[in-house]
This record gives sequence, C-alpha cells and structure tokens, in this order.
Amino acid sequence: MAKRIDVSGLTAYYGSHKAIEDISMTVEPRSVTAFIGPSGCGKSTFLRTLNRMHEVTSGGRVEGKVLLDDEDLYGAGIDPVSVRREVGMVFQRPNPFPTMSIFDNVAAGLRLNGNYKKSELSDIVERSLKGANLWNEVKDRLNKPGSGLSGGQQQRLCIARAIAVEPNVLLMDEPCSALDPISTLAIEDLIGELKERFTIVIVTHNMQQAARVSDRTAFFNLAAVGQPGKLVEIDDTERIFSNPSVQATEDYISGRFG
Amino acid sequence: MSTATITPKGPGTLRGARLPKWSPYAIAAGSIALAVGIGLAGGLHSRVQWGLIAAILYVVGTYAIATAVEGKRQAKDRIATSLVWVAFLLAVIPLASLVWSTVARGLKVLDVYFLTHSMGVVADTEPGGGIYHAILGTLEQVGLATVIAAPIGVLTAIYLVEYGRGRLSQAITFFVDVMTGIPSIVAGLFILSLMLMFDMQPFGFAGSLALAILMMPVVVRSTEEMLKLVPNELREASLALGVPKWRTILKVVLPTSIGGITTGIMLSIARITGETAPVLLLVWGNAFINANPFEGAQASLPLYIYQQYANSAGSGAAYDRAWAASLTLIAFVMLLNLVARGIARWKAPKTGR
Ligand SMILES: Nc1ncnc2c1ncn2[C@@H]1O[C@H](COP(=O)(O)OP(=O)(O)OP(=O)(O)O)[C@@H](O)[C@H]1O
Ligand SMILES: [Mg+2]
Repeated sequence: MAKRIDVSGLTAYYGSHKAIEDISMTVEPRSVTAFIGPSGCGKSTFLRTLNRMHEVTSGGRVEGKVLLDDEDLYGAGIDPVSVRREVGMVFQRPNPFPTMSIFDNVAAGLRLNGNYKKSELSDIVERSLKGANLWNEVKDRLNKPGSGLSGGQQQRLCIARAIAVEPNVLLMDEPCSALDPISTLAIEDLIGELKERFTIVIVTHNMQQAARVSDRTAFFNLAAVGQPGKLVEIDDTERIFSNPSVQATEDYISGRFG
Repeated sequence: MSTATITPKGPGTLRGARLPKWSPYAIAAGSIALAVGIGLAGGLHSRVQWGLIAAILYVVGTYAIATAVEGKRQAKDRIATSLVWVAFLLAVIPLASLVWSTVARGLKVLDVYFLTHSMGVVADTEPGGGIYHAILGTLEQVGLATVIAAPIGVLTAIYLVEYGRGRLSQAITFFVDVMTGIPSIVAGLFILSLMLMFDMQPFGFAGSLALAILMMPVVVRSTEEMLKLVPNELREASLALGVPKWRTILKVVLPTSIGGITTGIMLSIARITGETAPVLLLVWGNAFINANPFEGAQASLPLYIYQQYANSAGSGAAYDRAWAASLTLIAFVMLLNLVARGIARWKAPKTGR
C-alpha cells in the first residue's frame, strides 16, 4: 500500500511569486517524515504540491518532478483527481462537512467517488473511525452532525475521513496546532499506528512533536523575506536533532536564529 | 511613568452611576407628551409633525439626561441606541399602516367566492366577480419565469464563483450588473419588439419572458453571495479526497448553501410577482379565465389591481375589488417569504449535537 515519494527539482509559484525553489528529496514508505522550518518558508506549499492541491489555488503552478513509486504525478495525462485518491490530506484546521453526519463525513470520500459497495460502507466507516481513535467517542451518535464535535474530535474525524479512502500516502499540515495536549497525544499515537500502513508526511512547528513522531526530518528555510523557500537538509530525525550537518538547522532547532 | 496618568480612584469605581432600566420608556413617554403639548399649543395639524418632534425630543432628551447622570461615553452609547430605535420606528410605521389599510379595505369583498370566480361579464361598476383568473395568470406567468430564470441564474452564479476567471467572467458580471438596472418597462418593451417582429398577439408566456429577464440578475447576485460564503476549506477537503470538481460543487458546495440560494430565489419571485408594467404590455389582461399561458391574453394580480383601480374613480365595487386583490397579493408575497425563511432554517448547516 504505502509508496515511496521521489521529488526532484521542484519549484512552485503563486502567479509570478516563486514560493519554493528546486527541492529534491525522497520520502520513504512506511515512515513518518516531518517538515520543520520558519513560517512562510513554503512547507505547506511543498506539501500541497505532493497531491496536486497546489494548483487548486488560483495562479498555482509547479515545475519539476514528483515520482510516486515510479509514476510522475506531473507527467502528461495524469489526472489530478486520481492522484488525490492515492495521496490523502489532513488540514491544519479541522474541516468536516457541515451538512453531513459523522457517518456521512467518514463515508464522504467513498460516496462522492462512487466506488464502493453498500454492504461494505458501515464496515469501512467503523474501521476508519477505530483507526482514528474516535470510534468509542462517537459510536452512539453517528447520525449527529460532524460539526457538533470538539475541535480535537473533529480533527480525528478528518483523519478518519482521509484514511477511509485507503490512500497510499497521508499528508498532514500542522494537524495538532489547534488541539490540546491530550488530543495531540492521541493524534501522535495514531500517527505511530498509521505509519504501519501509510507513508506519512507531517508539517509541524512543534520540535518535540517532530522528534517524537518522525523517522526523518526535513528542515526548510528561506534566505530572506520575499526569497523562495529552500530545503536545507533532510536526514534521520535523531541526527537532525543531535548533530545536524548544517549550522542553520542547529540554530533553528536550538532556538538561535536571526 | 505611565501609571502617573491614571487618576487614582476610590473603591467601586468600576460601577459608575447608571440610569434605571425603565428610563428609556420614561424618556419616550415624556417626549411624546411634550410633543403633543407643543403640537396643540403651536396649532400643528399634521400628526407626522408631532411624531417627528417626539422623535427629536427623545434623542436629544436621552443624550442630555444620560450625559448628566452617566457621563459622556455612556451618553454616546445611549444616543446610538435611541437613533436605532427611532430609525426602526420610522421604517415600521409606514409598513404597518400599509398593511393595516390594505387589510381594512381588502377584507370587505375578500371571500371564497371572490377567490374562485373570474370577472367574466361583470361590469366594473357592478359588485361581484372575482380574481380567480388573475391568480391563475400570476401563478402561471411567475412559475414559468422562475422555471426559466432560476436554473440559468444559479448556473451562471456557479460558473462565476467556481470556474470564472478572466475576461469572460468579467463580461458576465458586467452584464448581470447592467441587467439588474433594467427598468421593468424596458424589459417589457424588449419582448414586445420581438413579438411585433413576429406579428404575435399578447399571451402569458411573453410576460414570463420579461419577468425572467428581471429575475435572472437577482438570482445570480444572491446565489453568488451564498456560494462565496461557503468556506474554501470545504472545497479543498473534498478535492483532497479525490472528488472531481463538479461533484464537489454538487455534493458539498450546493448542499452547504442551498438554504440561502432557495431564499434568494423565493425573494426574487416575490419581487417579480408584483411587476405590472411588462404584464400590461405583453399579457394585456383578460376578464375571463384563460388557463393557457401560451395563447391568448391572460390576467394577473398586479394588472388586475391596476385596471380595477383605474376604472373605479376612487370608490365603488371596482375599488373594493382592487384592495381585496392587493391583500391577496401581499398575502401571497408574505407566504413566499415565510416559506423562504422556513427553507433557510431547515436547510441551514447543522451545528448542534
Ligand atoms: N494562496 C497564496 N497566494 C499567494 N501566495 C501564497 C499563498 N499561500 C502562500 N503564499 C506564499 O507562499 C510562501 C510560502 O507559504 P506557505 O504557506 O507554504 O508557508 P509555510 O511554511 O506553510 O508557513 P506556516 O508555517 O506559517 O504555515 C509565503 O511567502 C506565502 O506568502
Ligand atoms: Mg503552513
């Protein structure tokens, strides 16, 4: 299921503004890769290029290659819709569909894509909610609206929704930034379980979180305001946090910058 | 030191002097009494003048008393509140008096017979007759106009919000703006010129076309606003699940905004239901029942009201019928508004547990 991502020479624009430049990296399957870096250095932008969500923003444009196993996501004839079925995404702010019940939210991906068997649906929903550690909290009110849950529950609902379609890769953009420590812990545990099955990429501003959950860490930075963001280095998390090969990484991690 | 600028205060300074809760009513009563006094003393005949004097006295009085008791800042707060109240009353009084006079005059001949019979051969000066033919005509013409304008309007709005980029959408937006400003008589003349070109006689559907022209831009505008209210995050959530864009619009964007869109359509129906000018030009009016909107002159409620009133010379049977028809029309429009509110509430995204 899990697939390797191979990025080479990736540059992304917003209109004429170059947000990230010439990024190359490999994301290993069945592992957690964390992106860290200062605000505005292009972590979210880069993450969104990995499932072709970048081009949804007006003016969004990408150059370079993203190989999923051996297929170039930006190759000719590739349908972005099927790319997004393989590479799922969880957003910073929980965004359950307000018109749908908890059950329908989880089932949304399957229903809206139209490829599912009716008999399997409730099984898949239950499995996904259990996978997102939410089942026990919501099993008695599956027909209640999803927006009636707490923020942390909503975020786990969104994770359940994303894993219900069985993607190969799961991208998470600061999934815990709006959550309390307990929900954060629940989601971190969840990430640990999910990496058995998926390739996971997570953006975070929380160094401890990156150190706790990830196997590899990528540090992004920008030379100056207005300059495009660049990948400084990517390495095993332990090495990045103990003995990074670039001085800027060490400065950023230990809180000395500028 | 910054603390030096803060004047030392005794204990309990957070609780300043407050006017009692009943003071606005007292001030209102006082200013009305004073206004009546001034009106009588000054020999002002118009009750409107009395009301305006009372309103001014109320605002000024509130400000003066609040300044004296509570201080400047609270006085400003109170003056804003009192201005809002005065503006509210100024808006409500004409509305209430309009409804009142329509109900009072309209109920005279409004009964089941009136609603279920046409005018037929009843002469304008005779009592009797009814508005069945006009109700039928209005329902058919407005219904057809809605069938044309609502889908086109909603689809246009979807295009503008979800797909529109660049020249084409700018041009459409411009034309919608221009269409919003078309006077109803001009829309009528436009269709009339087409009818004359093809040498056609007046018929109901021609009126529907003119009404559709008037309705479309209103639907586009209101739908556009509703679609813009749908958070982008929901679209992205759906797209990121691998849902194609058209399905995202159909299954996520529209359901989220359907309440508002329906309300907008209902309100635009309410607006065109009262249009008289294009109907006068294109549908002509008819004292007999004509259920076929595609052939022959039809009646319609606003047109009926106009014609009855124009032939009544200010009193008599036709005059009463005009008011009864007005009451029916107002009731119909209010019903539409209520239905729109109901739908909006029923379809609003649920947040509760
Ligand atoms: N929709 C957009 N339109 C134009 N420019 C954008 C847009 N979104 C982001 N940018 C620009 O792209 C650059 C990278 O932004 P991005 O959101 O990827 O940063 P980030 O690393 O995720 O920051 P944060 O940690 O604050 O989330 C910034 O300079 C930003 O101004
Ligand atoms: Mg970001």
